[in-house]
Amino acid sequence: MDKIRNFCIIAHIDHGKSTLADRLLEFTQTVTERQMQNQLLDNMDLERERGITIKSHAIQMNYKYKGETYVLNLIDTPGHVDFSYEVSRSIAACEGALLIVDASQGIEAQTISNLYLALGHDLEIIPVLNKIDLPGAMPEDVADQVVDLLGCDRDEIIHASGKEGIGIEDILNAIVERVPAPKGDPDGPLRAMIFDSVFNSFRGIEVIFRIFNGSIKKGDRIKFMNTGKEYDADEIGVLRLSQDPQQEMSAGNVGYLISGIKVAKEVKVGDTITHVHRPTEKAIQGFENVKPMVFAGIYPVDTTEFEELRASMEKLQLNDASLVWEPETSAALGFGFRCGFLGMLHMEIVQERLEREFDMTVITTVPSVQFHAVKTNGDITKINAPSDMPEPNTISHIEEPFIKAQIITAAEYVGPIISLCMDKRGLMKNQVYLTTDRVELTFEMPLAEIVFDFFDKLKTISRGYASLDYELIGFRRSTMVKLDVMLNGEKVDALSAIVHRDKAYEWGKRLCEKLKELIPRQMFEIAIQASIGTKIIARETVKALRKNVLAKCYGGDISRKRKLLEKQKKGKKRMRQVGNVEIPQEAFMAVLKLD
Amino acid sequence: MAGIYIHIPFCKQACHYCDFHFSTNLSYKSAMVQAIMTEAALQKGFLKEHKIKTIYFGGGTPSLLSSQELELILNTLAKNFDLSQVGEITLEANPDDLSREKLTELKQLGINRLSIGIQSFHEPFLQMMNRAHTAQEALQVVDHARAAGFDKLSIDLIYAIPHADHTIWQKDLAIAMSIDPGHISSYCLTVEPGTALGRWQTSGKFEASSDDFAADQFELLLATMDKHGYEQYEISNFAKEGHHSQHNSAYWQYIPYLGLGPGAHSFDGEQRQHNISHNPKYIKSLQADLIPATIDHLSPSDQLNEYILTSLRTKWGTSLEKIANTWQITLDLNKIHNFIQDQFLSLEHNTLKLTPKGRLLADQIAMELFVEDMV
Repeated sequence: MDKIRNFCIIAHIDHGKSTLADRLLEFTQTVTERQMQNQLLDNMDLERERGITIKSHAIQMNYKYKGETYVLNLIDTPGHVDFSYEVSRSIAACEGALLIVDASQGIEAQTISNLYLALGHDLEIIPVLNKIDLPGAMPEDVADQVVDLLGCDRDEIIHASGKEGIGIEDILNAIVERVPAPKGDPDGPLRAMIFDSVFNSFRGIEVIFRIFNGSIKKGDRIKFMNTGKEYDADEIGVLRLSQDPQQEMSAGNVGYLISGIKVAKEVKVGDTITHVHRPTEKAIQGFENVKPMVFAGIYPVDTTEFEELRASMEKLQLNDASLVWEPETSAALGFGFRCGFLGMLHMEIVQERLEREFDMTVITTVPSVQFHAVKTNGDITKINAPSDMPEPNTISHIEEPFIKAQIITAAEYVGPIISLCMDKRGLMKNQVYLTTDRVELTFEMPLAEIVFDFFDKLKTISRGYASLDYELIGFRRSTMVKLDVMLNGEKVDALSAIVHRDKAYEWGKRLCEKLKELIPRQMFEIAIQASIGTKIIARETVKALRKNVLAKCYGGDISRKRKLLEKQKKGKKRMRQVGNVEIPQEAFMAVLKLD
Repeated sequence: MAGIYIHIPFCKQACHYCDFHFSTNLSYKSAMVQAIMTEAALQKGFLKEHKIKTIYFGGGTPSLLSSQELELILNTLAKNFDLSQVGEITLEANPDDLSREKLTELKQLGINRLSIGIQSFHEPFLQMMNRAHTAQEALQVVDHARAAGFDKLSIDLIYAIPHADHTIWQKDLAIAMSIDPGHISSYCLTVEPGTALGRWQTSGKFEASSDDFAADQFELLLATMDKHGYEQYEISNFAKEGHHSQHNSAYWQYIPYLGLGPGAHSFDGEQRQHNISHNPKYIKSLQADLIPATIDHLSPSDQLNEYILTSLRTKWGTSLEKIANTWQITLDLNKIHNFIQDQFLSLEHNTLKLTPKGRLLADQIAMELFVEDMV
């Protein structure tokens, strides 16, 4: 056990985590040059394109240091605020962390929050300045930031470049020297923590775990303490480039478990694995059921594909346990699902995976957060969709989720960022200069306000340099109203939204304008109206189509024209009909593009 | 009943809006005439027992052919087909080709109907569209044609040419009325990809008129035609009593036709075929006695949809009885009912016809009535 080192990497997106990880694997000859694919750890297409690690994995390396062979388990962590719980579990599986900071960019909000998490778990932090080869690198300035943050000595900071292979050996040596070996009793009762899972369509769910106490043998009867389910450990092993089955693994090590689990829901990140016959007394602390933060409807574009969509969602859920959903019916969109996501990125990923991996074309409705309707007797009704909103006279008030947002930015953007946050109903709580040029702003804001375009706006006004992290801090009373949209007098349920009363007029006006752009002219005039209750607050008109006839239709034109019109007719089938109005799919996403 | 169409794929210069098949390289002209004659001989069985009633020279610019070349083609047709019932022989012509002498020769050949590509009487518009003639030539040509003995005359006019207001279109219509042709074809300026206008539109040098502007001009056209006793017998075609184009009417009434020449289309009731749109390849193929045609077999739903598309454009309308008899199917009655209620369609004697309001949306309505694949 004293030859094992478990560590993770804390880094902001684009600070070079994946490239650096590649170098560690190469240097330790865990992979050969030929096997090397860039950014090896991100093995989903989507991750590769987005440049972020979505699902965490682990990989084991052997490293010879002063004549001894050490086992280094690198535990990969997702780099987006949507996945912060998974990050916290990955961190809990380690004794040390590499803190990677881009020498040309400096420390970002995400990095800091994950660093605090790591410090909270008493991880040994090894600071690394990456990309020191870049002409724009400011190693001295960024080193100052790191020293300020960690209270470490300057000479503890390793200078590296993943791209150029600089500093790789220093990092590996530091991991062996500085990261403490795991503790625990190999002969005690089994206590292992699940920190990830991977779906394998042939073998079921592969559970990725870290053993804190005791040992596990192939064939052992085991139990997941939070779900209470029991399984046989059909196969256990360590994760090298491929799986490396083992007969026995003991305290301190990291590995995978296959026990024929079919459904990802049974495997909860943070859960404790123990033996059925000699269970540990205490489960590992910090387990949480992951709660969705953002809700939206997902509907098949072609209404006949509902069952196919259900099957796809079920398959998707096999390896994405954080996705929750239940069937929902919309007058405008037919049968679909109300889904809960960890955040907007998660929602986009689910939508993209449905399209890429399952070839489903879907309509996603206005995303919303969960509101609480507090009844006069104090009972709380959870509102995941505008249609859940009770009549105003039956409730005392509405509460909405608030977050604490930490934004780190260059000083010159502080003004615009404060106005943006104020505009989003934010309350400024703190402003700290991390260095002379970097400022940390703390706001309390309604989650609903950051769901839509806050992050994009933040990036735009700060030219990409501001970073954001947030955590939920509870529900607060707010004057929320349900805003409906009507087309020729018919309510389009899928376009309803719950918005703050002060913003409802602006919202209604802009939504009507946007819909006017997106709804094509049809054979009659279309009135677009936004209303709160029975009160119309905005109106736009799509004028009737006046002309759709080609002038010439002689011998050579007929078939060509028929084909053209048949194609148009097919295209129209993708539109949704409400009353007599045909609505293109994009219209249902209009709310996301109100600017 | 049937017709023969001959495509003459040459033009002096390219009009900026035109996407028909043509070439401005006239050096192939005599070889082309030979090839068309060869094709006519090869296709003599195409129309089977259908009686040929019309012959139509279209293009391109058929008036670029000499009278001798036209005569060669007509003689070949006479040799290979029964032309005894042909009552209408039309030639499309540009004003600049129609000298008095040429007109007399054409008349002598038996051509009895001229379709003259006037397009506009407004000089800047003619230049903008790269037409080869002047406004003055356009004004004279109808007189000269009449003097040569042509009583069946059609002129083409283009509307919705971008302009600040409708004054020029109104003026064009007034001049056209003063000339008093028996037949008028009037087309909305359409920007097609691959044309000069298409390229200019992409690069931002040209912007087509809005649909509303075009619709306004179309309505001006309809009002003028109505006032002067022209019947709108198809979306873009207007005729005085006895002046309807028999040849073109056949296209909209599901009547077979044989097309000769590069790019020409033929239809025998079940399949359409079209010749290659490439002059040298067409000629080369026919020199080897091969017709370079692509055949497009029409499924029953294709046939029905084409019938709806074309018949709905005409004053004769879409016969629900014919649909029931020919394709054993009824159209979406709900939709028809709604269209009648909203005054886009009328239904009389089991025949659907577009109302004046419906004519502006003919394609939209046809599309709505289309059937999906029939088994």
